[in-house]
Amino acid sequence: MTVIENALEHVESHLHPEPSYELEAHPVPNGLEEIWRFTPLKRLRGLLDGEASDATLTWEQELPEAATLTTLSADDARDLAVNAPFDRLAALAAAQAPSAVVLDVPANAELDEPVRLTLSGDSLEHPVWGHVVVRVGANARAKIVVEHTGSAVYDAFVPVVVGDGAHLDLVTINDWEDDAVHAAQYNLRVGRDATVRFFEISLGGDLVRTTANVDYAGPGGSAELYGVYFADAGQHIEHRQFVDHTAPRTSSNVLYKGALQGQDAHTVWIGNVLIRKVAEGIETFEQNDNLVLTDGAKADSVPNLEIETGEIAGAGHASTTGRFDDNHLFYLQSRGIEEGEARRLVVHGFFNDIIRRIGVPELQERLVTAIEDELAEADFSAIHGRPEPGTPAGSIGAAGGSDA
Amino acid sequence: MSKLEIKNLHVSVNTEDGEKEILRGVDLTVNSGEVHAIMGPNGSGKSTLAYSIAGHPKYTVTDGEVLLDGENILELSVDERARAGLFLAMQYPVEVPGVSVANFLRTAKTAIDGEAPKLRTWVKDVNAALERVTLDPSFAQRSVNEGFSGGEKKRHEIAQLELLNPKFAVLDETDSGLDIDALRVVSEGVNRYTEQRDRGVLLITHYTRILQYIKPDFVHVFVAGRLAESGGRELADQLEAQGYDKYVKAAAV
Ligand SMILES: Nc1ncnc2c1ncn2[C@@H]1O[C@H](COP(=O)(O)OP(=O)(O)O)[C@@H](O)[C@H]1O
Ligand SMILES: [Mg+2]
Repeated sequence: MTVIENALEHVESHLHPEPSYELEAHPVPNGLEEIWRFTPLKRLRGLLDGEASDATLTWEQELPEAATLTTLSADDARDLAVNAPFDRLAALAAAQAPSAVVLDVPANAELDEPVRLTLSGDSLEHPVWGHVVVRVGANARAKIVVEHTGSAVYDAFVPVVVGDGAHLDLVTINDWEDDAVHAAQYNLRVGRDATVRFFEISLGGDLVRTTANVDYAGPGGSAELYGVYFADAGQHIEHRQFVDHTAPRTSSNVLYKGALQGQDAHTVWIGNVLIRKVAEGIETFEQNDNLVLTDGAKADSVPNLEIETGEIAGAGHASTTGRFDDNHLFYLQSRGIEEGEARRLVVHGFFNDIIRRIGVPELQERLVTAIEDELAEADFSAIHGRPEPGTPAGSIGAAGGSDA
Repeated sequence: MSKLEIKNLHVSVNTEDGEKEILRGVDLTVNSGEVHAIMGPNGSGKSTLAYSIAGHPKYTVTDGEVLLDGENILELSVDERARAGLFLAMQYPVEVPGVSVANFLRTAKTAIDGEAPKLRTWVKDVNAALERVTLDPSFAQRSVNEGFSGGEKKRHEIAQLELLNPKFAVLDETDSGLDIDALRVVSEGVNRYTEQRDRGVLLITHYTRILQYIKPDFVHVFVAGRLAESGGRELADQLEAQGYDKYVKAAAV
């Protein structure tokens, strides 16, 4: 174990269990535990049973020169300088995956093209256990885009080690078919003065539950976590983060934005931040915004800040959940823009704040289109308090009407 | 030649204590080529009149009609009214995060004209319209009204007025909160618009100051949800000297 971990005090908290590769350290949940209470365990399609399976996803990759894809024994993967699994699903993935796939970007490499991995499934019959390691050497610069498509019951443990001074953009896209189940845990360790930008875009799947755990190998590291999600009827999309400020003068910025539409669309955002005693001079902000487009959808949003030192540069959080702002729509419509188009613009604007930061124009365009497609399926007549299209706006809620 | 007629307009809003009537029978006709100033104290219902004409969902029309060339626009949605030729410069323009001014203006222009503007001239037109109201062209890349100062928001409204060039414009306290330079810039924009001769303006204001720059053909005193008196420019001079007291007292009786 690294020195920094030995130096850290133990912080008892129900928000973030002790990491361990041992399955026994993570009892089978009953659904009431703090870290499980939002997840519909029955819809995990038996993942928690831990059935042995050698089913795999189909991998397609585009690797710029310098980047390599190899395998590592499960034992060697455990020795990586990164946190062990924080929950049973992640521990199962690490235990059941036959070996770990390792994506390496060597020290000082500067990739001029993104690494692209597309992982697709075509069956729900057996679980797929994934153990995927991302290693970015000191002072390297890399952009990695991982897309998940098709149908699968996929549980992945993904350690991400970012060397000192390195710069990593890791973009994960969950664009599954409607029946997929996807659990993932990304454990990121940010090197001294390194910068990590982690994006997750969740559009498809019946149940998606991801956890991003961040800690720092030394001072000066920066982590930005961004999420975009769009849940339709019946979908459960859950994004959890735990940023553990384990070193001084580190920074974290968390921004997740989601839209929900349709009966029983359910999204969960849990943003945990721990500022340890050693973490003097750190800065953190976390924010989650939800746009509830129709009745029957539910967004849970829970920020948690635990502060063990007063010597910090700044810490804050914000969470908003609301419907379309009538004033936004009114302003756009008052310039002649039709209601549907006005909604499209507002949603586009809502997500654009994050999407534009990805820095891969082709991908950004595809995501904008994907979100517009989701939106096109919206049935706005289900919105409480909104008129049917074509109702004269001047008589909304009118007792008499305008011709009286 | 167009005509905007407001007939016996009654409007209420929902409040915690139930429906509250704000407009209590407004009658007013604006012909194209005319500038009508509507002057009234705070809370008299001026913005309610403006919003009701534009169709804001918060306001309920309980009686009366608003005709644009004979068609009752109260039966139209907000966007249909705009496409019919109405424009509202808002007292408090709305911030729309993430939607760029450029995208917003192009979408609006396309909607109003029924076809996309010519790409080659459009960017030039937008830049020129922004520059005329002394907004830097870089504003086109910013989110609509987000982080704009009060004066920048008002100037942005006038840039839209010139680009969309509606038949009738309702300007709700566009002069409020402007310093003298911005007031001049905004007034010049309105005057360029009216100099076309076939456009009508409903200039809502609390102060007579803007009337040094924009010369109304008619002045109306608006108190307690209806017009208390109508006249020519001399009425504005009288209001400047005597204020609204006389009308407010009369309305309270
Ligand atoms: N949503 C509302 N709820 C309660 N009162 C309102 C609401 N909107 C407007 N009013 C009241 O209606 C009156 C007229 O408001 P407004 O039209 O904004 O006046 P003006 O623009 O002339 O200052 C005021 O007394 C205001 O408080
Ligand atoms: Mg007002």
